Amino acid sequence: MPSLDDYLILSAILFAIGAAGVFVRRNVITILLSIEIMLNAVNLTFVSVGRSQGSFDGQIIVFFVMTVAAAEAAVGLAIVIGLFRHRESLDPESFTSLKW
Amino acid sequence: MLFYVFGAVAIGASLLVIAQRNPIYSVLLLIASFAALSGLYVLLDAEFVAAIQIIVYAGAIMVLFLFVVMLLNAPHEETAEDIRMHPLRHYGPMRFGALLALALLVELLWAVTRGQPGPDGFERASAGSVAGLGQVLFTEYAFAFEVTSVLILVAMVGAVVLARRDVKEKRTGPGS
Repeated sequence: MPSLDDYLILSAILFAIGAAGVFVRRNVITILLSIEIMLNAVNLTFVSVGRSQGSFDGQIIVFFVMTVAAAEAAVGLAIVIGLFRHRESLDPESFTSLKW
Repeated sequence: MLFYVFGAVAIGASLLVIAQRNPIYSVLLLIASFAALSGLYVLLDAEFVAAIQIIVYAGAIMVLFLFVVMLLNAPHEETAEDIRMHPLRHYGPMRFGALLALALLVELLWAVTRGQPGPDGFERASAGSVAGLGQVLFTEYAFAFEVTSVLILVAMVGAVVLARRDVKEKRTGPGS
């Protein structure tokens, strides 16, 4: 039977993978996917800690995190479509109009 | 035992997500990762979260991603110039990333070795029933739940506004 620590380590690994994806990848869509990986790692932390406390709060905050993630994905993908229309590229390096 | 199977699948699929060149494979692998996480939620007696993980994440959000990937049909091959210009090839980001990874590693090791062992109550089955979850969600967190619906509405309007084509150009076309 895995302990709470095992779940926390697993979610830390998943979060690290997501963070690495944000830094390494040069495709806006893959960066958004990496953000989803990080959100899910945090969700796993919430559920496992909530269970160890014997309360529903962990699961409820996961519900809200998923809602915000859905909103973020919808708006983020709309922005990606807009950016692609302007630049014909998904490379974040090509969106430098605001760079001083 | 199941924990390690699901954990290995989740980690492996997530690693492949960020290793893939083709975004479509990334999206499909992320769905596999979410399925493994859903299994972990079942092991944690969180059946409701496991269900909405599949329905909302794998069913709705990832399909949205898949639509956008196929709609944009972006080139995914990286040319030699792209690889040469990769940010990880420069020294500044390399040092920064190495520093960040080192800090994370030290923190993880510290947490694993020095941290207190988890609370004893983890083994007992608790907080598992969907009925109890609904009870709390619609009484204690009812306001947050309602605000969430407003957030979804705002996101929907924002997505429509952001993704539509510029109507002004069409109006000033030959028709007007």
